[in-house]
Amino acid sequence: MKDFFTKKKKYATVPSTKARQDVPEGIVRKCPKCKKIMYVKELSKHLFVCQSCGYHYPIGAHDRAEMLFDQDSYVEFDEKMVSLNPLRFPNYMNKLESDRKKTGLNEAVWTGKGTIEGFEAAVAIMDKGFRMGSMGSVVGEKITRLIEYADKNGIPVIIFSASGGARMQEGVLSLMQMAKTSGALKTFSENGGLYISIMTHPTTGGVSASFASLGDYNFAEPGALIGFAGRRIIEQTIGEELPDDFQTAEFLLKHGQLDQVIPRSELRTVLGQVLSIHVGGGAEEWDRN
Amino acid sequence: MGPELDFEKPILELQEKISELKKFMDEKGIDLSDELNHLQERLADLEKDTYGSMTPWERVRVARKLNRPTTLDYIPLLFTDFIECHGDRLYGDDPAIVAGIAKFHGRPVTVIGEQRGRDTKENIMRNFGSPHPEGYRKALRLMKQADKFHRPIITFIDTKGAFPGKAAEERGQSEAIARNLFEMSGLSVPVICVVIGEGASGGALAIGVGNHILMLENAWYSVISPEGAAALLWKDAGKAEEAAKTMKITGSDLKKLGIIDKLIPEVLGGAHHDPKKQAEFIDQALIESFEELSQLTADQVRNQRLAKYRAIGNYETVQENQTNQLIFSYSSDRQ
Repeated sequence: MKDFFTKKKKYATVPSTKARQDVPEGIVRKCPKCKKIMYVKELSKHLFVCQSCGYHYPIGAHDRAEMLFDQDSYVEFDEKMVSLNPLRFPNYMNKLESDRKKTGLNEAVWTGKGTIEGFEAAVAIMDKGFRMGSMGSVVGEKITRLIEYADKNGIPVIIFSASGGARMQEGVLSLMQMAKTSGALKTFSENGGLYISIMTHPTTGGVSASFASLGDYNFAEPGALIGFAGRRIIEQTIGEELPDDFQTAEFLLKHGQLDQVIPRSELRTVLGQVLSIHVGGGAEEWDRN
Repeated sequence: MGPELDFEKPILELQEKISELKKFMDEKGIDLSDELNHLQERLADLEKDTYGSMTPWERVRVARKLNRPTTLDYIPLLFTDFIECHGDRLYGDDPAIVAGIAKFHGRPVTVIGEQRGRDTKENIMRNFGSPHPEGYRKALRLMKQADKFHRPIITFIDTKGAFPGKAAEERGQSEAIARNLFEMSGLSVPVICVVIGEGASGGALAIGVGNHILMLENAWYSVISPEGAAALLWKDAGKAEEAAKTMKITGSDLKKLGIIDKLIPEVLGGAHHDPKKQAEFIDQALIESFEELSQLTADQVRNQRLAKYRAIGNYETVQENQTNQLIFSYSSDRQ
């Protein structure tokens, strides 16, 4: 009976306008960086990159899949998997439900397979619109299954990270997903599997400190926030202000943590090149001679 | 004994009363032993009641006591021939992680533990037990060496978290933690992890991917500290006490959730009341784990560890055409 009342109360809440701004919708959008107003139609033609300053708008998983794969080449895995509430955390289920409505996803990650420039790949795409892309049991499980699928079928794994980190409401179970996904990657790697990690805005906390940092190639989108701890916490801890570019993709590149920062417009081409270099594990072409 | 916590005050007051009574008896030469016995019985009951029913938040506060035994306190009580090994061979040496080789009941092992200070001076030197990337990389270097020489690894987890600092980010704190999770998953030697104090988030897990996870009764282990959880979830760090309960962070919670393998009892009042006795409890638990794990081949050791983490998760798959009723599916096989 107690649950009944809390549920009812929760139905009255509307997703905040702040959360809605992340979702590309409406007719025009104002660039948060250079303030230029652009038609959404025009923006979408340019992969949601501001044509005036190059700002990369965060995009949802469905949009990302649409712009990444060869036309009609992809299928989704495990789309019906949903979180339970292992800690019986108050209001958690209601929050999940409202994010489902907001994003059209059952959880914070989309997984599936398809072809990119003709090369088959198993792909995970995180969506920061769903609980800030946080990793709980479902995200960990879907990514682990994806890696196992790729291992079994001998295809590469590509993961687009966009996450605030581990999901608080699933407590220690969320933490353990870091070990679970990393363990799956270890087995996959030892079997010769290729894993490309692409960090998009934002990639922080438990996601940054697990699968996102473990690519054979670690790439990132321009301007993406990438780091372990939050900026505010660091400033409080060390008592000094941090440089503007701190924890950006460019900052990580400078400090040796990334292979490249790749603009969205070039991503498909670069992925195609990397995948072509690894066809058949890469050694085949030489072994033949 | 260190500063007492508020919930321990009645115990302390009674202890004072007893010592006053003893002093009075000695000075005046009056026999009040009936009264004394009565008080001592009351004290025993009170201690049992207080320490036997500690709330999660009270346990957190015991876990943080400055005089609670640390990695370096347990090492001489549990091992012989300990040789500390410093440095990650890449950047530097992190005093927040202690690592080395030793013997456990005559057999070679590698020992790694997070190390906070036992006073302010040492705490500053050891960065309050919050490691930098070079600490985790030192740990990994020693773990790979253990793998090479086929000796088991014992880790002691005791940290408020990986250090959130500018230099830590520049040197790849995320990568260092991720790399440890990845590499620990592939080790062919038994890894036994013991949460002895605080186990906060990725900073704890980075030396915590083990075949067996053991935990002291008053230790806590979670995705975030209670204060952090309260600040993030309810925008109020003052709700830490509530968060400690809601987040299910104590050893008995984690045992119920199937995350840890064994809960190690603590001496009455907490490990700091008798570190030597506490080390005996840990020793016993480690021996039991070793007996179990030494039955396994190298492949089995690795697979047992992988399978352990593979199984953690709580989810369901909603079946087609059933909008109201949820069908539970814990199968890890692809459908």
